[in-house]
Amino acid sequence: MRLNELTIREISEGFKEKKFSSRELTEACLSAIKEKDFEINAFVTVDNEGALESAEDFDKKLSRGEEVSVLGGIPVALKDNFNTKGIKSTCCSPILRDFVPPYDASVVKMLKGNEMVMVGKTNMDEYACGGSTEHSYFGTTKNPFDVSRVAGGSSGGSAAALASSMCIYSFGTDTGGSVRQPASFCGVYGMKVTYGRVSRSGVTAMASSWDTISPFGRSAEDIAYILDAVSGDDYYDSTTPGVEVPDYSEFLNKDVKNLKIGLPKEYFDRGIDKEVSETVKYAVKRLEGMGAKVEKISLPMTKYAVAVYYITMPAELSANLERFDGIRYGKKPEKDSKNLIDYYFQARGEGFGEEIKRRIMMGTYVLSAGYYDAYYKKAQKVRTLIVKDFEKAFEKVDVIMGPVSPIPAFKIGELVDDPLSMYMADALTIPASAAGLPALSCPVGLNSDGLPIGLQIIAPQFKEGLCIQAASALES
Amino acid sequence: MISDDQVRYVAKLARIALSDEEVNKFSEQLSKVIGYMKILNEVDTKNVKETHQVTGLKNIMEKDIVNPSKCKRDELLECTELPVDSNQIRVKHAIK
Repeated sequence: MRLNELTIREISEGFKEKKFSSRELTEACLSAIKEKDFEINAFVTVDNEGALESAEDFDKKLSRGEEVSVLGGIPVALKDNFNTKGIKSTCCSPILRDFVPPYDASVVKMLKGNEMVMVGKTNMDEYACGGSTEHSYFGTTKNPFDVSRVAGGSSGGSAAALASSMCIYSFGTDTGGSVRQPASFCGVYGMKVTYGRVSRSGVTAMASSWDTISPFGRSAEDIAYILDAVSGDDYYDSTTPGVEVPDYSEFLNKDVKNLKIGLPKEYFDRGIDKEVSETVKYAVKRLEGMGAKVEKISLPMTKYAVAVYYITMPAELSANLERFDGIRYGKKPEKDSKNLIDYYFQARGEGFGEEIKRRIMMGTYVLSAGYYDAYYKKAQKVRTLIVKDFEKAFEKVDVIMGPVSPIPAFKIGELVDDPLSMYMADALTIPASAAGLPALSCPVGLNSDGLPIGLQIIAPQFKEGLCIQAASALES
Repeated sequence: MISDDQVRYVAKLARIALSDEEVNKFSEQLSKVIGYMKILNEVDTKNVKETHQVTGLKNIMEKDIVNPSKCKRDELLECTELPVDSNQIRVKHAIK
């Protein structure tokens, strides 16, 4: 096995036993980028020099016998909406195409405290709006399993980079499914954390009451180590509540005897691809064989989640993107403007891509006078009922399982001109987001075309450990 | 149904310049998407409270401590391409 295909534990042990250095590992990842990324297009910025420098610093620290983190010296890729000091952070939007942030996001600072080696910044749908990474200023990211298909989105670059061994782990953001769905399309693990578990400070906001900072990894074990490093309160994000952070690695290799699994009938309904549904059920059967108890449940509000999301998210998005006006943030318009207001119109008209304009328009519409009660307020109420659905279910079961996406990776261009169908592809990831729950996308097999299928494990708030425990059992 | 005029009005509120072609396209697409949202009318939400945030947080008061800013003044000014004059950004006139 090549160095860049190893897991975090294998690497961390390899470093300690001096089998290889961080520099060698980093070089292996950088060469994979060089070899494959012209086709995959997972990265928008590659930091060769910076990565090698951090790798050498780590190697020196290790050789001096200093204490190092389990993530130390291990190459990571970050979605391009993470602010990285001195390195372009564009959100893959034309309006930010030259933006170099003057500070690091809190999560980047935490990773730097863990001897981070960052190989680069990854491609995404503009401002994290999309489910396919086709809405990027820098072109579409291809699926490593079949380059005629999408890698998923919006964190498609981070998922594809990991699946093609260009890094060892990566980060994205999951608002309505943007980590879980690309993880499922690219055959890697993607953990959407509880809302507030990881600080959002310094990561460009999309929909503030939904956004989470969430990792991709090669195994449940890798996910546990990553969460250990980045979870917890942050002074700069007041929505990180003072909930104790457990040691996530303690949930690994625990048995699942008597773990109560709920299978919502709505997650296996019509519209779910047959192979997806069968593969997911087979994974659940394996857990049942290990002593887990499986129960059929119902989450009747599931069918309303897409409508709730595509009202409240654009509303929050349109408010958050207000700051991109070509003055506080963003590029000056090419076209000459008569006055200040004309300047705003031009800067935003030129600077935003089509999907962003569409969503800002939707958000502005549902918040505008005369429509607020009918759409926004109504959606916020139905959101309450989605939360209650889950509360009721978790009185009976420990975790809920179902597919991540109703279909495997679709063809590039297939849904791009049909926004509503594209939005419906998020139908099974949005509900957990609406309730702020943690949910892990776990690769459980391939379909007959060789495309990966993901199992979704949803747990009550701040019980990420249960997702890791169940996924870890499936690995054994 | 969302008309071209409604699209133009919303674009004005959102401060986005749209071409006629975009207005046309958005009127059709937004009609379809917003039309779908009507599905929520099936749900009885009488006496249901709205959810604004999900982790039960109450007001969080910040301690009155002086903290250094995340970035310096000149670093902030570098974020614009517009001319900088006495530590301020020179923008187009707003009032004639």
